[in-house]
Amino acid sequence: MSEQHEQIFQNRIDAEEKIEPKDWMPEAYRRNLIRQISQHAHSEVIGMQPEGNWITRAPTLHRKAILLAKVQDEGGHGLYLYSAAETLGISREELIDALHEGRAKYASIFNYPAITWADIGAIGWLVDGAAIVNQVSLQRTSYGPYARGMVRICKEESFHQRQGYHIMMTLARGSADQKHMAQDALNRFWWPALMMFGPHDSESAHSAQSMKWKVKRQTNDELRQKFVDQSVAQAEEIGLTIPDPDLIWNEKRGHYDFGEIDWDEFAQVIAGNGPCNRQRLTHHRRAHEDGAWVREAMVSYQKKVQQRREAA
Amino acid sequence: MSEAMKLFEVFIRSKRGLDHKHVGSLHAEDAAQALEYARDVYTRRSEGVSIWVVESSMITASQEDDCESFYDPLDDKPYRHATHYQLPEAVNNM
Repeated sequence: MSEQHEQIFQNRIDAEEKIEPKDWMPEAYRRNLIRQISQHAHSEVIGMQPEGNWITRAPTLHRKAILLAKVQDEGGHGLYLYSAAETLGISREELIDALHEGRAKYASIFNYPAITWADIGAIGWLVDGAAIVNQVSLQRTSYGPYARGMVRICKEESFHQRQGYHIMMTLARGSADQKHMAQDALNRFWWPALMMFGPHDSESAHSAQSMKWKVKRQTNDELRQKFVDQSVAQAEEIGLTIPDPDLIWNEKRGHYDFGEIDWDEFAQVIAGNGPCNRQRLTHHRRAHEDGAWVREAMVSYQKKVQQRREAA
Repeated sequence: MSEAMKLFEVFIRSKRGLDHKHVGSLHAEDAAQALEYARDVYTRRSEGVSIWVVESSMITASQEDDCESFYDPLDDKPYRHATHYQLPEAVNNM
């Protein structure tokens, strides 16, 4: 019976049809999706920290309003994604517990600090830019609720990258110090942004099966190449230099060749030893615990309303 | 019509991968019956692959008359739109 189900399931995927929550699906597909979607959701929420750090220090009221709106969006994106994960039969509480206990990951990039205002520009331009490349591809993922969430997120995300690039452009056209600050942010965020796409295809633990199930539609290396190709012209336009001496146009491939990522650094950050790993998780735990009284108050209020209704 | 009949709202997914979309409503004794009625009335021409029925009384809706005050906090934030940011032509497809 299960073999027959599995055949129907794979046929559906091969025919480019979406899988919907009430469909039969292999247990491993469900687990794989929960892992990927929750990791994506955690990234949105943890990603609020490095940027939230600059809301009170934005250089103008206008930039502050923009940054506040962007960080709000990230919280909303986390909500869409947690909700999509919940259609697979897991609770929000279990997902948050997994994050707090270190069983669930989030994008390694958010373990780097945002130490200058230019970092806010670099994060919007490069980190959101890399996320968009990934998310555009995921609009065609095989699980319906995830795909629909991605469509909504991509639509909202377009302002994030543009506002980041606008910050970089403004700094790059400013004083020598401001330009230097923009270049410094690019230098620090370029390589971690490339790491966001994950290990090489040959090293990726989940890639082959995810491609067969069409959970992922393009491989890590394909997406990374796309990001590099689009970023070069964007950097040139504002007179910034991508910090990679091996970066060169390859006429034959029709793509840029680029240098090797420091995979030891990547492994260290994934293992929890990046510059801010502990700080990020500690902060999330504290915010979650500090907010407990709000959740309790809501339940308590609901009980009172219920009692009043019954008494009436 | 019997007094016990309840009003149900009907939502249809026309194709896998798309959202369920509201198509109308009908009266039924219970949800199972509403589902069959919805099939009989709303999907006579292969309009869908999945139907949702929801008791109308379960839906809480905002009022259009309240739009001005209800959406007021969101209407003065043009910077939430991608078009707010003027970029050079060469990179404007970002």
